[in-house]
Amino acid sequence: MQETISFTPQLTASPITGILWLIPAVPMVASGVIALLKQPKRRTASTLAIGSLSFSLLLSLIAFGHVVRDWTLGIATRETVNFTWIQVGAANVDLGWVLDPLSAVMMVMVALVGLLIFIYSIEYMKHDENFTRFFCFMSLFAGAMLGVAIANSMLLLFMCWELVGLTSYLLIGFWYQKPAAAAAAKKAFLTTRIGDVFFLLGIVWLFAQTGTLLFYNGGAGSLEAGALGGLLAQPAAWGLTAAGAIGLLIFAGAAGKSGQLPLHVWLPDAMEGPTPVSALIHAATMVAAGVYLIARVYPLMQAGALAGGTTTALTVVTWVGASTAVFAALIAVAQNDIKRILAYSTISQLGYMMAGLGMGGVAVGMFHLITHAFFKALLFLGAGSVIHGCHEEQDIRRMGGLKADMPLTFATYGIGMLALCGFPLLFSGFWSKDGILEAAMHWSVAKTPLYMLVFGALLTAFYMTRQVGYVFFGFNRGSKDAHESPEVMTVPLVVLAFFAMALGLIGTPAWPWFRGFLDGRAVGFDWHGFIEPGLLALMATSTVVVFVGIGLAWRLYGDQSPKPTEPDVLEAAAPLPWGWLRDRLYVDELYGVTVIVFYGWWARVAEWLDRRVWGGAVSGVAWAFGLWAQLNRFLDNNWVDGGFDKSCDELASGGGLLARVQTGRVQTYLRLLALAVVALALMLIWSSRA
Amino acid sequence: MTPLAGYLLVAALLFSIGLAGALTRRNAILVLIGIELMLNAANLNLIAFWRYGPHPEALTGMMFAIFSIAVAAAEAAVGLGLVIQIHRHAHTTDLDQMNRMKG
Amino acid sequence: MSFVFYAIAGLTLAGALAAVLLKNTVHCALALTVAFAGLALLFLELDAQFAGFAQILVYIGAVAVLVVFAILLTRGSETPKDGVYSRNWLAGLVIAAGVFAVLGWAVLGSARSLPHETAAPTVTVLQIGNALMSRYVLPLEIVALLLTAALIGAVIVAMHEKEGQK
Repeated sequence: MQETISFTPQLTASPITGILWLIPAVPMVASGVIALLKQPKRRTASTLAIGSLSFSLLLSLIAFGHVVRDWTLGIATRETVNFTWIQVGAANVDLGWVLDPLSAVMMVMVALVGLLIFIYSIEYMKHDENFTRFFCFMSLFAGAMLGVAIANSMLLLFMCWELVGLTSYLLIGFWYQKPAAAAAAKKAFLTTRIGDVFFLLGIVWLFAQTGTLLFYNGGAGSLEAGALGGLLAQPAAWGLTAAGAIGLLIFAGAAGKSGQLPLHVWLPDAMEGPTPVSALIHAATMVAAGVYLIARVYPLMQAGALAGGTTTALTVVTWVGASTAVFAALIAVAQNDIKRILAYSTISQLGYMMAGLGMGGVAVGMFHLITHAFFKALLFLGAGSVIHGCHEEQDIRRMGGLKADMPLTFATYGIGMLALCGFPLLFSGFWSKDGILEAAMHWSVAKTPLYMLVFGALLTAFYMTRQVGYVFFGFNRGSKDAHESPEVMTVPLVVLAFFAMALGLIGTPAWPWFRGFLDGRAVGFDWHGFIEPGLLALMATSTVVVFVGIGLAWRLYGDQSPKPTEPDVLEAAAPLPWGWLRDRLYVDELYGVTVIVFYGWWARVAEWLDRRVWGGAVSGVAWAFGLWAQLNRFLDNNWVDGGFDKSCDELASGGGLLARVQTGRVQTYLRLLALAVVALALMLIWSSRA
Repeated sequence: MTPLAGYLLVAALLFSIGLAGALTRRNAILVLIGIELMLNAANLNLIAFWRYGPHPEALTGMMFAIFSIAVAAAEAAVGLGLVIQIHRHAHTTDLDQMNRMKG
Repeated sequence: MSFVFYAIAGLTLAGALAAVLLKNTVHCALALTVAFAGLALLFLELDAQFAGFAQILVYIGAVAVLVVFAILLTRGSETPKDGVYSRNWLAGLVIAAGVFAVLGWAVLGSARSLPHETAAPTVTVLQIGNALMSRYVLPLEIVALLLTAALIGAVIVAMHEKEGQK
């Protein structure tokens, strides 16, 4: 969908943009300071982390307010501050940050959700002895994520992207003594690395093609018209232009980070980390970084699209997103770990976001990202509260009846669950998901993603109700009694729940403020927004789907409270498909027999090469040297020494020979005298003759 | 061949014979005999040149020969005295056995 | 070259050869005397009467006798068992032959340019005596000194050493 910017652009940097770099820098500096603290200094660590992130939130809000004010005045903000970091010959390696509506909303969301989770963590991680290390990593993560949000340079974005990946690794493996956690951290890092390789290729290609790393640079940036025109003119392989190819490479990186279909395998395993980590990184922010990246480079993805049409890159994004949505939702139905259900739900929702970006544009995808961040963080924190209250129990079959024991948790969790299912009207999830479905409805290429996404919505409602039924209803099948969590944990839940409901207001068709804000259009409140063709039918359809899903699950799981030893109702009905779903559709096993096996073979080849070829070469050189040394020794002994000795002997024998003249006998001397006289006489005669 | 050449040849032959004797005989006295022969050959040379050469000063050659004879006599005396002394020490006059200076 | 010359020359050379070649040392001394006599005759042939008679007086009369005395005084282990000639006598012979070759070649090579004065110089004994006392007095005195030194030296050299003295 092409949106024309009807506002006047504002490009010169205002004071807030000048200090925008503080937003990621302060938490990173705080992280560094915390790293130097000793372990017992827990209060200092948490205070530093929360203080720095509060400061960042404050600045983000000021920046956001500035952009909103500009928007109300009809100005489309895109203020950049760029500087050259390194000069390599004729090319410049530039860094910089940008303040525009996209980065503003992302900054605020990350800072706000991050702050709430930090506060929650004070209580949740209270009993952990590595409290200080936790906040060091979390603070570093927050700084890096904010860096991703404001980056105007592809290089800066990539650097922060890698930092985010690093902190994710560190936090997933936070309890590194557990082998499962260490393995999960390694898996996360390697899987996202695969995506990052393609991402880096895309960056390098973009830099080579456009000559600049900056996104926006007063007309010279790589996402601006001049560069895009050049990219479109350049053909790549398989009928793609350079723009499309680079777009696909960048999407590969995003797919790794955001857990799209083949590279999703790390996300469920990442649940080995502490629950606040899962909430912040693997629900709200880091996994959203991939979506944000696509939103950021959307002009590139969209380049070359005709009016009402779409590009190859966006089509690929859409199909991958839709497939992921359905795939993950199916698996989530058969999971029994409370966090794993939420993990697969996250993967599914990320698929929704990608599909939304592909079909509907930046605003559609970003709206779902923002709402999802809040309600998913809420769900994870609620799950953490449940786990905490059930004394570290994570299997939902051993929970139950918690609605009486943990009322506040139950209330907020319910709000989050309804938002995720897309319960109509009151919850933000409904409006954001409907935005995506509407875009799917109007998609020019095919209608299949629409059906897939609707089916996914049905499944979402189903499995979430199943989970809530298991956890909060029925009676307690656990071993011990559960208790409510303290206020430090429940207050963030309440705040998040508020946002989970309230955010819906800025995305309704009657007042699409979010869309207008991101696209740079003025919007007003208009009931006629609802009368767009097909919109009401769509809203009705999704409502029906949600109710069907919830109702079906309630019938099966509502108050039943099955024991952990009994099979699930659906499992009893259809054991084989249930088995497939429970075993996560064997994607990990597929990796095991293909990539891992190949990698093992390759490692063996490399080892053989190293041992035989290079090692053999080194041994050969050493052996040759040994031979050479022996030759030298032989030469030295026999020729040099021998020669020397022999010459000395010859000298001695020569001397001996000469000494033979001295016989001691007079007559010998006389003879020699006579001989000398003869010689002298001859010489004299000959000389006088001549 | 002029007479002078003849006398010179005779002198040369005498000289060579004396030299041969001095170089080849073992007895020290015979070496001295050889030396005397060589001296005499030189005297013959002198007298021959005195006779057949120009005579601006008539006495020179003769005087030379006479002094030569005198000196030869003195030298023979001392030499033979030495040989006698050696004989007293080594109890032999065999030159081949006298190689104390052998290097 | 007259027959006389050849005869006397042959006698001299024969005597010289005998002096060098004979085994018995006394025979050598006697042959030497014959050679001296031949030389004296050659001097007389050359009109050097004083030299000839001086030769007879000094050489035959003193030197030859001296040689005989020395031979007789040093008898004891005469005629060594492995011959009278030294080892490598051939080398000595070759060298002597070489010397003769050079001398002979020099003489024959310059035979044309040799002087040939037929008139013999007339030298009387009176002239010789006068010359010895006037012109050649210095050499005379020196020779006298030399003879004295030789005399004393020969005596000292050949003297028996006293017993018990170093």
